[in-house]
Amino acid sequence: MSWVIAVAAGVLFATGTYLLLQKLLSRIIVGLGLIAHGANLILLGSGGEPGRPPVLDGKGTGPLSDSLEQALVLTAIVITFGITAYLLTLAYRSWTHNGIDEVEDDVEDRRIAGKGAA
Amino acid sequence: MKILATLPVAIPIAAAALALVGIRHPALRRVVGLGASFAYLVVALWLLFAVDASGPIVAAQGGWSPPLGIPLVADRLAVLLLASAATALFAVLVYAVSQPGADTEFPGFHAVYQMLSAGVALSLLTGDLFTLFVAFEIMLTASYVLLTYRAGGAETRSTITYVVIGLVASALLLTAIALTYSVTGTVNIADLSVKLGEVPEGFRTGLGWLLFMVFGIKAAIFPLFFWLPDSYPVAPTPVTALFAGLLTKIGVYAIVRTQTLLFPRDEPVTLMLIVAGFTMVVGVLGAIAQKDVKRILSFHIVSQIGYMIMGLGFFTVAGVAAAIVFIVHQIIVKASLFLAGGLVEHTEGTGAIDEVGGVAKRSPIIALLFLPAALSLAGFPPFSGFVGKLALVTAGFDAGRWAVVAVSLAASLLTLFSMTKIWAGVFWGKPGEGAPPRSRFGMVAGTAGLVLASLVIAVAAQPLLDYAELAAVDLLEEGTYRAMVLGAAG
Repeated sequence: MSWVIAVAAGVLFATGTYLLLQKLLSRIIVGLGLIAHGANLILLGSGGEPGRPPVLDGKGTGPLSDSLEQALVLTAIVITFGITAYLLTLAYRSWTHNGIDEVEDDVEDRRIAGKGAA
Repeated sequence: MKILATLPVAIPIAAAALALVGIRHPALRRVVGLGASFAYLVVALWLLFAVDASGPIVAAQGGWSPPLGIPLVADRLAVLLLASAATALFAVLVYAVSQPGADTEFPGFHAVYQMLSAGVALSLLTGDLFTLFVAFEIMLTASYVLLTYRAGGAETRSTITYVVIGLVASALLLTAIALTYSVTGTVNIADLSVKLGEVPEGFRTGLGWLLFMVFGIKAAIFPLFFWLPDSYPVAPTPVTALFAGLLTKIGVYAIVRTQTLLFPRDEPVTLMLIVAGFTMVVGVLGAIAQKDVKRILSFHIVSQIGYMIMGLGFFTVAGVAAAIVFIVHQIIVKASLFLAGGLVEHTEGTGAIDEVGGVAKRSPIIALLFLPAALSLAGFPPFSGFVGKLALVTAGFDAGRWAVVAVSLAASLLTLFSMTKIWAGVFWGKPGEGAPPRSRFGMVAGTAGLVLASLVIAVAAQPLLDYAELAAVDLLEEGTYRAMVLGAAG
């Protein structure tokens, strides 16, 4: 795997994780997008260096990169794109219902916090 | 015969398309949905017997023979779980269409439900790691829609948690697959079972635990379960029942499939047993702290996952076979418990155990359905949970892992305690005012069907154990799966 891809994927995962831990939903979604991009980059890099094309008659010219992992990454991009779009509509619904873009703590957390305060 | 392995994926996808075409005709949608689910069940049962009689069926898609193409592999493990999943899918659908407003308030319900069925079948049957990812996405995307279609303001938050967690797990799964591909050059599971053996030990171990963690998020094992009790209870009852019965178990299935075939071990894995023990105890303690039927049952999902991981952790034929039997039992019993809980909510208007009382008097039929399922969950003889737990405990003794067996028995006692809490709160106690509305026939029939199926598991315990043992041998005996998929050439 090219070191550029490796470093880029690392940076994407790191920034994505940072954003994922924020309170604002819009940031979380951007963070998820970055993490998904990081994963896709790793997948893209997993084919390794281009090599001799697997053509039966042996007439293939020049080094050719692995095409399987490109097919895989296309599938993965479409899936993450679709789900991110779905998540955005959910965020919009949450915003229209609640008026804030913030992710609340879960029910248990709030109950325990309430007990501490009382 | 090969078409038989393709049908469980093809039927629901075709039905989903048909249900979308006829989206303006409620009766048509309903007939298509129910018909397809019934056909799915018939095919799954047929596969169950066909595979037992004449060996596993491998269907290479598009005529590309494995390891080049994507094979659908109907081996014993896959068809056994497919048959139980199909039973749960059909019974829950019968319940769902009988529930007032269930499939009329959301016209796409049947199409999404069928896509979920297709995703489940594909996850179970695929012999390809990347297709497993795609199958999970089909299943999860359908589950996102089912979870959110009715969500108002308060529920949206829980569903967002669910979707975010799902997406993170998917990204990690994708990363794991990419790393696997970069070191082996294949994503075919049968091919990987050999090629991963040639990978350096450290990398292999890391990959194995990464996959364990990724599927562990989907299966809700300790400490990755926090999203589950938060998001499941907000969905409509049939949806929660389906999720409880199926989704986490497919995650466990993926753990069993990948850990046994790709990362074989010779001795019990202590880390897995520790995780299993914590999953059982934390789950059941969480359940005891809750006051709502659906939330109690949601925590029990987590707790019961621990038993399956325990069986796998022994890494013996008896242990894995017991885990498989336990998954089959859980798919049926968990779904039936949620449906029974849903019946209480439907007739009494709430599932909070402080507010409901005397249901045993008011609607004896619900009590009659809840009791065997609850006792089965706690592992009371002679119900199906007892069969699974007995097999697990025996396997644990054989493997010499006393500690985790003791933990599992303690968790069972606590489960029983938690079930008696529901029983005392909801079914006994002071009955509410006025006559309860009668449950609809289809809702009761769906629940009764599942309870009956769990009794069948208890009665047919020995044949089921034998079947599961053969499935476990296929997984653990080196080269069996590879020979099955790649043939003599592999």
